[in-house]
Order: sequence, then structure tokens, then C-alpha cells
Amino acid sequence: MGTENQGPVWEVFIQTKPGQPYKHAGSVHAYDKELAIENARDVYTRRNEGTSLWVVPSDQIVAVSASETSSFFEPADDKIYRHPTFYNLPDGVKQM
Amino acid sequence: MEAKVKYYLEIADNAFILSHRLSECSSNGPFLEEDLAGTNVALDLIGLAEPVYNEAAKLNKKGESGDDLAYRRSENNYFNCLLTEQPNSDFAFIMTRQFFMDVFNYYYFMDLANSSDKFLKAVASKSLKEVTYHLKRSSEWMIRFGGGTDVSKEKAQKAVDSLWKYTGELFTASEADLALRESNVSVDLEAVRDKWDQKISEIFYLAHLKKPENDYQMLGGKSGVHSEYMGFMLAEIQFLTNKYPEAIW
Repeated sequence: MGTENQGPVWEVFIQTKPGQPYKHAGSVHAYDKELAIENARDVYTRRNEGTSLWVVPSDQIVAVSASETSSFFEPADDKIYRHPTFYNLPDGVKQM
Repeated sequence: MEAKVKYYLEIADNAFILSHRLSECSSNGPFLEEDLAGTNVALDLIGLAEPVYNEAAKLNKKGESGDDLAYRRSENNYFNCLLTEQPNSDFAFIMTRQFFMDVFNYYYFMDLANSSDKFLKAVASKSLKEVTYHLKRSSEWMIRFGGGTDVSKEKAQKAVDSLWKYTGELFTASEADLALRESNVSVDLEAVRDKWDQKISEIFYLAHLKKPENDYQMLGGKSGVHSEYMGFMLAEIQFLTNKYPEAIW
């Protein structure tokens, strides 16, 4: 079985409950968006993993390349004052 | 055999036999996603058949279990439609067989959800959700076969042409079925046929596929007269219960 005729790759995001953020679950092959969402349903939500799905063509996702990692993220390493850890959170705030 | 037991077996056998055909494709799908999707449908159908076998065994009062009914009958006591037992060939064929059955199941269970029989009503209502998804999936594939390449369209049309003669049986009521009509246990298959026909036309239009002109129809499955493939299939299905009669799950 070759990989060349399985269609393009789509990234799958699952929302476990309404209101929760979508989390990346993995990827599927599919020829178009309808089949992509059906394949995602069949591969990733067989065991009640979620209540909603997104699929996104993998080649439409813009990612930071490995060579840029240090210039993108390391400047934040020594700037601890940017963390909101010095505040007391009110009791009513649950997701932070 | 009481009409109701026979009618239950028709429903369970359709699901069980088609499920087995699909399970034969497990690990042989064209790619991983499709392999899982097909196997999911097979599992849904087993899930549909199992409670119906159990209930039929209870109604039959012969001390058999649902498993006995599923695995220990002889060929002429299986009442599935011929369509469900047709052997797998290419992917277009497997999906077309599935599509014909999905359309039938969709409208059939929709009507059966109004059955006066509480058990069948419950089974139909539960199955409808699964069947709705099966139908969506197989319809999408039919449209893609037709609108894909010349080869995919040709294979789909060939599958339609060769399976068409088994579709009429879906709507040909057995004696048991007719006996249960007045009490509203069974559903009017002519009404299901009209809706089936309309849906097939709709998807074929989108898929640029043609209904065959030759409308010769094969019957037999519902009365236990099967095609030559059924015996081989049962030999495999019943292998384990034959070799290890005491085996339990």
C-alpha cells in the first residue's frame, strides 16, 4: 500500500466539552474536507473523546521552523517579570 | 417458527451477515482511515444484531441463546437478504453494497421506530443514529466515485449494475413480515421502497451514475435460499463454535 494515493494530510483538533479549547489529536488522510471530518470522526472519536471536531489542511498551518526556535522563544526566558505570578487571583476565577 | 421470531431473525441476520462481510476487510482497507471506518460500521452492525438475536432466542423459548442463533443454525435457517452476503471484490463494490443497504436501513428503521413492538421500536430508534452516519459516509463515497476518475466511475457503475438485482428483495415482504403488518409490528416495505428509490436517484444524480435498465430481481434470502457464497461464509463464521462447542466469550 503506497502513501501517494491516500490524499493530503489534515490535522485533527478535538473539543472534549463545549466551552473547552480544541486540542490537537493527530492527523488523517483524506481527499477533501467532508471525508476529512468523517475520517477524523472514525479515527479519533470512537471512544467518546469529544463533542466537536476541526480538521485543517496540514499545509495551511504555519509553524515556526526549528532553526528559528531560539530567536523566537529564548528572549522570554530571562523576563520573569512578564509572568502574572505576583498577583493574588480572586477565588471566583477558575480557569487561568 | 413463530412469525415474530422469524421477523427478528431477518433483521438480525441482515446486520450480522453484512457485518461479517465488512469484517473480512479489516486490515485490508485501501488506507488506515478507511480501514477503521469500515470496521466501525461492522461493529455498529454487530451491536445491532446482538440484542435482536438475544430477544429472538427469548421469544423462541427453546432454551437457545442469542449466540446459538447467530452461530449454530444451518444455511437455510438464515434469513438475510442476498445483497448482504455478496462477496467483497473491489472497494467500489463494497461501498455500493453498503450504500444500498444503508439507504434501506435508514428509511426502514425510521419507520420501525414507530412499531407497536416496544423492543423493535427501541432497537430502531437506537440504530437510527448509527445508520444515519453510515448513510452519510457511503453516499459521500458514491458521489466521489462518480465524480472521481474514469476508472472510479466505471467501477462504481459496474458495482451498481451487478448488485441491482439483489435490491428488490429488500422490499419483498416475507410471510412473517406480512403476518405482522396488521398489528403494526412490521413496516410497510412499499413505502420504504419509494423513499429508497428517491434517495438512490438523488445520489446517483450527484454521482453521475445510472440506474440499470434491466430490472430482473433475485429473491431467496428471506426464505433461507442463499447464493453459493453463503455456505463458505458460514463455514468461516461457524468455525470456532464447531471446533470448540463449549467455547464462551
